[in-house]
Amino acid sequence: MKIIVAIKQVPDRDTPVRIAAGGKWIDEADLQWAMNEPDAYALEEALQLKEKSGAGEVIVMSAGPQRVGSTIREALAKGADRAIHVMCDDLAGRDALGVARLLAAAIKPENPDLVLTGLQSEDLGWGQSGVILAELLGLPHSTLILQVEKTDAGLKVKRELEEGWFQFIEMPTPAVLTIQSGGTKLRYATLMGIKKAKTKELRTVSAAELGADAAPVVVLEQIAAPKKQKSTQILQGSPKEAAAALVEKLKTEARVL
Amino acid sequence: MSVLLVLEESRGRINRPSWEALAAALQLGPAEAVTAVVIGAQTEALAAEAAQKPVGKVIGVEHPLLAPYTADGFCLALQQLIQNESPTQVVFPHTYQVRDYAPALACRFGQVLIGDVVAIESGPVFVRQLMQGRLNGSYRRSGDGPCFVSVQAGAFRADTLDAQPSSGPAPITTFTPTLDATQIRTKPGEPFRGSEQTVDLGSAQRIVSVGRGIKEADKLPLVKELASALGAELGASRPICDNGWLPMERQVGSSGQTVAPKLYLAVGISGAIQHLVGMKGSQCIVAINKDPDAPIFEVADYGIVGDLFEVVPALTEAVKAAQQ
Repeated sequence: MKIIVAIKQVPDRDTPVRIAAGGKWIDEADLQWAMNEPDAYALEEALQLKEKSGAGEVIVMSAGPQRVGSTIREALAKGADRAIHVMCDDLAGRDALGVARLLAAAIKPENPDLVLTGLQSEDLGWGQSGVILAELLGLPHSTLILQVEKTDAGLKVKRELEEGWFQFIEMPTPAVLTIQSGGTKLRYATLMGIKKAKTKELRTVSAAELGADAAPVVVLEQIAAPKKQKSTQILQGSPKEAAAALVEKLKTEARVL
Repeated sequence: MSVLLVLEESRGRINRPSWEALAAALQLGPAEAVTAVVIGAQTEALAAEAAQKPVGKVIGVEHPLLAPYTADGFCLALQQLIQNESPTQVVFPHTYQVRDYAPALACRFGQVLIGDVVAIESGPVFVRQLMQGRLNGSYRRSGDGPCFVSVQAGAFRADTLDAQPSSGPAPITTFTPTLDATQIRTKPGEPFRGSEQTVDLGSAQRIVSVGRGIKEADKLPLVKELASALGAELGASRPICDNGWLPMERQVGSSGQTVAPKLYLAVGISGAIQHLVGMKGSQCIVAINKDPDAPIFEVADYGIVGDLFEVVPALTEAVKAAQQ
């Protein structure tokens, strides 16, 4: 199977985010970046599918500016065979449809059997790229997938439903799936993998070459810190002092001890 | 202006997130302007249920190929209905099912679903969370055509609906879309339950939950000791269960259990919405986290900002001392 995995580079979850001047986006200057974790699960699923069948190809694809290269290298180091970087400096200004159009234009000439991506990004959280990609590519899709099995007719996938329910879905290939975390164990890149990644093909295509329309239909006008739903009493002092103060509050004020 | 509200069925009834979506729809327009839509192979009972609510009319979108749910079936049927009705807005509850098909449906109209909306301000401006709940983003739709919106569970109050005066049940009509079996490309199987639940977090009086901040499975005993000192059950956020450090049945949140104990103590949990929806109904919420901006503090009654590896052992000692 030829599998394309669409991955996104997002701000590292441990890095503090600050609102940029103008209040329309975050300040990207001092951010640390990482691979979107649900996409890491999509990559893992692709690598395992290839290893199980003993044949095929895993291609990673990511849209974004120059910095995205480091996340693409990480995916190559984990075992992807080659990569396509959709070079685009205005990612934050595009909406979910605008980004999906770019990716779809880059995917089409590859004619993959399967397109995988994470169920949502940790920064914008649209959770739509995979579904819109399927629509633009004219392929069947399913979302929140925990397991993928190749069958004679196509695929059998395990889909997560709400409240601890699941279902199996059968579908033909080519298809698009969005992967839920936890279905597999993530691997680390080995030293050998990191070394080999340097020799793997990383092709760059520009957004302009792909000719996808950038005008957004949904515009992010402003970002702000959320309003607190409750007033939190923060207990100060050394860990010992704060712990003692908390126990006192839980006993006498909240009366839950 | 007109609002098309797409309701969702769970186990034969219209589910609660759908009524919350109605509460959101009523912020966009008066009840007379809201058309409630139910979908399935048989919609009579669902349509009757919807007609009791403050809506202008109810449409049952009915076809044998609309049960069970498939993204292809629902997209085709609703595409035809929307072309017929030309609504200004199409509103959904932000459920797993809606996430599976609504982005594709919106795409057919050249639109983007403004998903997981937590508030609607005048404009309309739609507020949704960014950066795992650390920030809010205000979105406006530019251009023409129907505006697609889905509403986060728990963000709008469904319990205010019944108080509205109703002048008798809303009129019900049926819409039969043109569907062909060959257009439905996926074959869904029967839903089944995951592994047998042996831990009932739902009835626990006290829960100590652990999140990504614990960093290593080897450090879990720290939190287990605190739980046992408090006589609490141990819970976890999704990443801990994904890593296999604790069994899935201990997971609290949208994909795990929903809990409302007297005391919920969150250790090293940042508070992504998927977790918050599972525990924000707790009577007293305590958060221990090194990041003062973590969204968990938005719902916490008490908080300690600090290194959990220092705070948790100190708290265990303080709890034990208080019991002597």
